[in-house]
Amino acid sequence: FFQYCLSGHPTLPCNVLKFKSTTIMLDCGLDMTSTLNFLPLPLVQSPRLSKLPGWVLKDGSTFLDKELKECSGHVFVDSVPEFCLPETELLDLSTVDVILISNYHCMMALPYITEYTGFTGTVYATEPTVQIGRLLMEELVNSIERVPKAQSASMWKNKEVQRLLPAPLKDAVEVSMWRKCYTMPEVNAALSKIQLVGYSQKIELFGAVQVTPLSSGYALGSSNWIIQSHYEKVSYVSGSSLLTTHPQPMDQASLKNSDVLILTGLTQIPTANPDGMVGEFCSNLAMTVRNGGNVLVPCYPSGVIYDLLECLYQYIDSAGLSNVPFYFISPVANSSLEFSQIFAEWLCHNKQTKVYLPEPPFPHAELIQTNKLKHYPSIHGDFSNDFKQPCVVFTGHPSLRFGDVVHFMELWGKSSLNTVIFTEPDFSYLDALAPYQPLAMKCVYCPIDTRLNFIQVSKLLKEVQPLHVVCPEQYTQPPPTQSHRTDLMIDCQPPPMSYRRAEVLTLPYKRRYEKIEIMPDLADSLVPLEIKPGISLATVSAVLHTKDNKHVLQLPPKPPQPPASKKRKRVSDDVPECKSLKPLLSGSIPMDQFVQTLEKHGFSDVKVEDTAKGHIVLLQEAETLIQLEEDSTHIICDNDEPLRVKLRDLVLKFLQKF
Amino acid sequence: FPAVLLCPGAGQDVGRSCILVSIAGKNVMLDCGMHMGYNDDRRFPDFSYITQNGRLTDFLDCVIISHFHLDHCGALPYFSEMVGYDGPIYMTHPTKAICPILLEDYRKITVDKKGETNFFTSQMIKDCMKKVVAVHLHQTVQVDEELEIKAYYAGHVLGAAMFQIKVGCESVVYTGDYNMTPDRHLGAAWIDKCRPDLLISESTYATTIRDSKRCRERDFLKKVHETVERGGKVLIPVFALGRAQELCILLETFWERMNLKAPIYFSTGLTEKANHYYKLFITWTNQKIRKTFVQRNMFEFKHIKAFDRAFADNPGPMVVFATPGMLHAGQSLQIFRKWAGNEKNMVIMPGYCVQGTVGHKILSGQRKLEMEGRQILEVKMQVEYMSFSAHADAKGIMQLIRQAEPRNVLLVHGEAKKMEFLKQKIEQEFHVSCFMPANGETTTILTNPCIPVDISLGLLKRETAIGPLPDAKKPKLMHGTLLMKDNSFRLVSPEQALKELGLAEHQLRFTCRVHIQDPRKEHETVLRVYNHLKG
Repeated sequence: FFQYCLSGHPTLPCNVLKFKSTTIMLDCGLDMTSTLNFLPLPLVQSPRLSKLPGWVLKDGSTFLDKELKECSGHVFVDSVPEFCLPETELLDLSTVDVILISNYHCMMALPYITEYTGFTGTVYATEPTVQIGRLLMEELVNSIERVPKAQSASMWKNKEVQRLLPAPLKDAVEVSMWRKCYTMPEVNAALSKIQLVGYSQKIELFGAVQVTPLSSGYALGSSNWIIQSHYEKVSYVSGSSLLTTHPQPMDQASLKNSDVLILTGLTQIPTANPDGMVGEFCSNLAMTVRNGGNVLVPCYPSGVIYDLLECLYQYIDSAGLSNVPFYFISPVANSSLEFSQIFAEWLCHNKQTKVYLPEPPFPHAELIQTNKLKHYPSIHGDFSNDFKQPCVVFTGHPSLRFGDVVHFMELWGKSSLNTVIFTEPDFSYLDALAPYQPLAMKCVYCPIDTRLNFIQVSKLLKEVQPLHVVCPEQYTQPPPTQSHRTDLMIDCQPPPMSYRRAEVLTLPYKRRYEKIEIMPDLADSLVPLEIKPGISLATVSAVLHTKDNKHVLQLPPKPPQPPASKKRKRVSDDVPECKSLKPLLSGSIPMDQFVQTLEKHGFSDVKVEDTAKGHIVLLQEAETLIQLEEDSTHIICDNDEPLRVKLRDLVLKFLQKF
Repeated sequence: FPAVLLCPGAGQDVGRSCILVSIAGKNVMLDCGMHMGYNDDRRFPDFSYITQNGRLTDFLDCVIISHFHLDHCGALPYFSEMVGYDGPIYMTHPTKAICPILLEDYRKITVDKKGETNFFTSQMIKDCMKKVVAVHLHQTVQVDEELEIKAYYAGHVLGAAMFQIKVGCESVVYTGDYNMTPDRHLGAAWIDKCRPDLLISESTYATTIRDSKRCRERDFLKKVHETVERGGKVLIPVFALGRAQELCILLETFWERMNLKAPIYFSTGLTEKANHYYKLFITWTNQKIRKTFVQRNMFEFKHIKAFDRAFADNPGPMVVFATPGMLHAGQSLQIFRKWAGNEKNMVIMPGYCVQGTVGHKILSGQRKLEMEGRQILEVKMQVEYMSFSAHADAKGIMQLIRQAEPRNVLLVHGEAKKMEFLKQKIEQEFHVSCFMPANGETTTILTNPCIPVDISLGLLKRETAIGPLPDAKKPKLMHGTLLMKDNSFRLVSPEQALKELGLAEHQLRFTCRVHIQDPRKEHETVLRVYNHLKG
């Protein structure tokens, strides 16, 4: 039992588990924080960005000035943004049998794995995960492909060169592994390898292992996974939430009795309360709009945006915002809004009840109907005609490096009337804003991360009582910026085993038993014997069949009849090899009864002598001596086989065979 | 370990479905339907039959409803609220959403219009639905420690499901109504090779092998078109949910393609709501509709409008979808009475009609109908039957059996004669026993469950390790000791068994005197014997 850790990002995990004879990949998250080192991709030529000065080394050499640009004291790579992939060298990824996906944010590296490593297995995910995951990938590919960039910088990645660069470029890890975005054909190929599963569906892998997705409460279709055989249970907890937002609540009970619980995807902002953040979001938004400014919300096209729209739906009338247009701009905006309404079965109870009426579960349907919310595939086309200010724009990408958000940052950045509100917790907002500095626009940071916090984790662990906890190393110490907050780490007994990128862990449990089935006819033939009160035993001699990792015991075939004709030569094939069986014996022989039995069987001259440890029985006529002790019997006789067998059988009558 | 099965409701009759299964000590009721052909006590299954005197909640471990048709769920409020059952009731999400609406509709027709008493109330429907647990497709629901159920897609109507019921290694699959060919709005039923001990299959179309769907659709469109062309009116009695949506999609696309102007109406009430359900539960429809729903929702119709009672007397051609589907009451029957006298008009029955209904009478050729108040209604309009109801035909039933590989098959929800034919076919082709119990009959099926045992890994590894590898397929004999304590069975090596029981091993030794005659010297003889034994 091993765990290979391919990603160091605690909320975008990628682990491979060797469990019994199977190799299971748990999630394949794509670390996109690497894009923060790149210049934004503007939709329309940006004079400001194109005029940025090239970066010059301290010694005055300028050989990197085409690749690196400087903006307000930060250095950025002027190239197509690249992503940090999971480790691909730690083990041969073509040996991965299955990939289990826990939520749509944790599958973004899927095309790199399924299309480039020789992977031939199956991917398992729920239907909302796949559909929304597809939308996220589509948006990503679209926003990078529609801004073709002539240059692709690589010189700075040279180890010797990278050493000379300023932070954070100097400290960026595994830059040689960074890759450009995949294409739509690769996305489609990757998604075609997915098999849809439902919560609590038991999926058999090669007859050896059973995997089951459970609701994790974090996003539409998000799941935790149980990986178990008859005797071992590993729980994989990734991106779970105990808050009541739109998804089905988390299933905690099924995580009980785990040997190992792998814990990833906790909240990235443990000090922020999501409810408080939503309130702050609404009040900042209202204030900006009332003052005649515009609000920009960089966001993913699915997830928290549904909750934000729902809050605004309840808030706008009371805040007097009924006439302010809300725009949602994304190539997948329409699909995302439509898809959210059709996953009734994956929603929380309240939303399900609405569908039964039948009404759309999310109120954004009404916002669209009343023209308060409008959605567009991009800023081109209809949007430019409808566009009215002041307004609120939801658009991606939250990294501010690509997508329509780049346009709005350039457009609104100069005015202090406008506000950008960060709600997605995946990127540091200061880093995201760096290439736009100096900015006049107001920046508000309201990160909404509904995933488990450390208080909830310790409650959860107390409740489900796993034998061992495995987690990323980040969770075993307080956050680097708040080293005094020892409450912001996992606290459990025994202490958790931690992992970091490119590490292999040996999971601490040992298998002792396996399931086997006894066929009914064999069961009928067994003779149980009560050894102690309540405990019976039976010796089993049977034929073992193993197929597809399932073991079955069958009645041994009858001894073969001598072949009727010599033509059937290979009749012996069906007969199992019989190695001579010598059963173990136990028990002791009661003297008096043994003597009586001997006499009954024709030994008339039995003589018994007591010894220190037991008795000696003499059969004079047969010239035989039997030493009886508590745990042994020794028969000394002439070379007379029938006699020996007779005596043996008489002795065995008093002993139990095992 | 026999699986006993009672059929209080659906034996050799397409009336109401209600089946009781006992499997390894667990009792499960499958469907709880009512009979549309009766207006008296015979309408509901006789539940006293199940427990004799005891409480249903004590006797039944759970109730499963396969889909929302009233012949499968119509007696549910009567059963749970009037007879009394408080245990869990399982159904899929769409069924849970739609079922109470159809029940309420049915209650209104019976109580409010016909003035019947001794019937369930609106509140009872609500209370009954509170006992319902919604299940996902393929979700394994643990009813209790031993009993688990799992739903499979059945394709018959929105949310229709087949259910696997499993206790230990014994299992039963109940199909409910299903359809093995995808249609214009639903996908085909599917099940994995789960090898149940018993497959309980509906057999409505046991002998029919229907011609291709395309032909039937063309036929249907031709008949509607011809009637409309000659100025006649077409009545299509349907149930609000199900076939209606398929036919609407069909007519909608035809009207658009042919640029036809004659109005199409859908009798009010459930229509709009029904289409809403289809929109919200679009994941339950077929692949094509699901793929394109973002661009165009197939359930938003342009040509089909809501029907008003007054429209029936309008002159000129029209097509009207009206509920209910068997012409036994309500709007469809009213329109039928108005239009029956004119030979230019046509009624198309797109589904099965239960005996005793007007639909059944006209389909069996009756042209003079005795209506309420001894009035005789002469039917001059054309009567057409088009099997659009989404049941599996003989081919489909055989296909499902091939998929699931059951050890026994039991046919229900069909007519005796037709079932007999199918039974023979199944027994011939699959060599499994096939049963067809009558209403109230009990069938016992012997199963042969194997016994799962824990084997110590050490013993298993020892046993699989020995034996020459090249001939791995050759069976090997293994020895072990089965320890039975309480209810746990463990197979361990004899040594371990001794150790666990705290028993000492008893040594049995033999020493024999052997006389050897050898002329050589003593030590030479000893050496020879030693060398011989060594060799």
